[in-house]
Amino acid sequence: MDKQTYGALVKRRAARTRVTSNCLHAFLCGGAICAAGQLLTELYLFLGMAQRDASTTTTITLIFVAASLTGIGVFDRIARFAGAGTLLPVTGFANAVVSPAIDNKSEGLVVGVGAKIFTVAGPVLLFATLSGVVWGVIYYVISLFA
Amino acid sequence: MGELLLHTVRAFLVGGALCICAQLLIDLTALTPARILVVFEVAGVALGALGIFEPLLEFAGAGVGVPLLGFGGVIARGVREAVDEQGLLGVMTGPLSAAAGGTTAALVFGYLVCLLFRAKPKSQT
Amino acid sequence: MQTVFEFKEKIEVFSWASAVGKSEHDGPLGRLFDFWDETDRFGKNTWELAESELSHAVLALALKRAGLSHREVAFLFSGDLQNQCVASSAAHVEEEIPFLGIYGACSTCTEGLLLSAVMLNAAEEPLVGAAVTTSHNSAAERQFRTPIEYGGQRSPTAQWTATAGGAFLLRRGEQHPHIVRAMPGIMVDGGIKDASNMGAAMAPAAAASILSYLRLTGTAPADYDAIVTGDLGREGSALLEMLLREKGVFLGDRHRDCGNMMYDPKKSDCHAGGSGCGCSAAVLAGHFLPCLAEGEYRRILFLSTGALMSPASIQQGGSIIGVAPVIELVGGNGNG
Repeated sequence: MDKQTYGALVKRRAARTRVTSNCLHAFLCGGAICAAGQLLTELYLFLGMAQRDASTTTTITLIFVAASLTGIGVFDRIARFAGAGTLLPVTGFANAVVSPAIDNKSEGLVVGVGAKIFTVAGPVLLFATLSGVVWGVIYYVISLFA
Repeated sequence: MGELLLHTVRAFLVGGALCICAQLLIDLTALTPARILVVFEVAGVALGALGIFEPLLEFAGAGVGVPLLGFGGVIARGVREAVDEQGLLGVMTGPLSAAAGGTTAALVFGYLVCLLFRAKPKSQT
Repeated sequence: MQTVFEFKEKIEVFSWASAVGKSEHDGPLGRLFDFWDETDRFGKNTWELAESELSHAVLALALKRAGLSHREVAFLFSGDLQNQCVASSAAHVEEEIPFLGIYGACSTCTEGLLLSAVMLNAAEEPLVGAAVTTSHNSAAERQFRTPIEYGGQRSPTAQWTATAGGAFLLRRGEQHPHIVRAMPGIMVDGGIKDASNMGAAMAPAAAASILSYLRLTGTAPADYDAIVTGDLGREGSALLEMLLREKGVFLGDRHRDCGNMMYDPKKSDCHAGGSGCGCSAAVLAGHFLPCLAEGEYRRILFLSTGALMSPASIQQGGSIIGVAPVIELVGGNGNG
């Protein structure tokens, strides 16, 4: 049996991901996190913050909650159920920073935690910066002619 | 009160819908979660650049602000403002300044949490 | 040229011990293992040292049962999944046993037993040798996959690296379960690149080894009470059956897979079953050797299945290579 035939056989046989229920979980959990974020924003607005400050504070609050849940070992259990529902909101970013930090504590706080803290979240930060710079250059060129 | 409910429901529906898109990418493509986050992030910057992000944010609030798309949208906005103020230098200072709140929070809380806790073995149940 | 090595001196496994972590203790075989640790830490601060402690403690228990001291052991083949095999070296440094570290991914258990049998046959005088194999879920997760507290969903075809280990003491003899023949396996590249489907990557190697072994020895599946694979899991086991059926070989109930036996798929979230080199070692020590000793099985084939890859090779798009060495074990009251 050649590799192609075998590869096709493996694909046919492989246990299927339950896409529908995964999507339902992602919708409910992701929606709930975003709704909680909205309520927090409204609360901060009510307390007299400006719109942008309220949004940023909401982000920081959610990151704090996700970081704490990661610390007490609960986040990964929720994420196993929620999938993209916890991954895509900023909670996923927080978990991606906190989990390697905890994991690499055994190799020391500088070369362990310090060097490894971005092993999972690094790509997000790099490409956020890169795409921001690309957009900045485009916007600068446009603004020269505008 | 009615407005608060409306905002929250909109955030729930739009945020949840975005998570469904991400879940479909995880389940139906070979993309790894890290790549999917990058896709949403870059998409957020692109939406911001095209001027679509702000109206979306206006409509759905935290529904687009909390998912990683919002991180990109905020960066696009920050870059535009930085370039308006500082010209070409804004290209360099804009992106990370806009992302500063979330990134710093994640780093600081990450460090504090790792000082306080240690990993528990993964459980099957 | 693939060869079945018929040993002049049969090599008996005269003492053994096994240990597991919490998830494995909660599994269907839980009570068969000699000891376990609720926290998976075995009293240590890091997962790496926890695995070393597991490795050290199972060997110590096997020696204690045989009434032997470390100094009476002529060599130790020990392997694990950690980089540079460091769990084994850290585990046994104090023991002053001549040490041979081995790496065969999850095929390590059979590899160690096979090499031990060869060593004991090569020696002039009758010696005692030891083979130890361990794996640790948390140490493997960090090294091969993602941080332990990272929130992700595992693919339904993914397997669960067992926190488990087994130690075996061997010498010439036929009183106890003994190795009569062995065959190193040929590596097979099935073209599988998905690290979440190791069973599929290893099944072609297991099929190739079983077919070669049956052909070279002129035996049939019916000559064995069980044909035991290491950690093909549910995916790999089904694929093995398909690959063998294509060649007209049917194992049926004779096929047992240590990965399938380790966890209860209904009660636990193990997905496609257990894996890790300690999985087959602990199941051999906890289940198959006692069954051979008690005469429940008379003759079995034991193939730990290894998936040869590294995190770098996976990220670079390399395929996962499978290997499956074989040993033939006969019970104490068999005629060898």
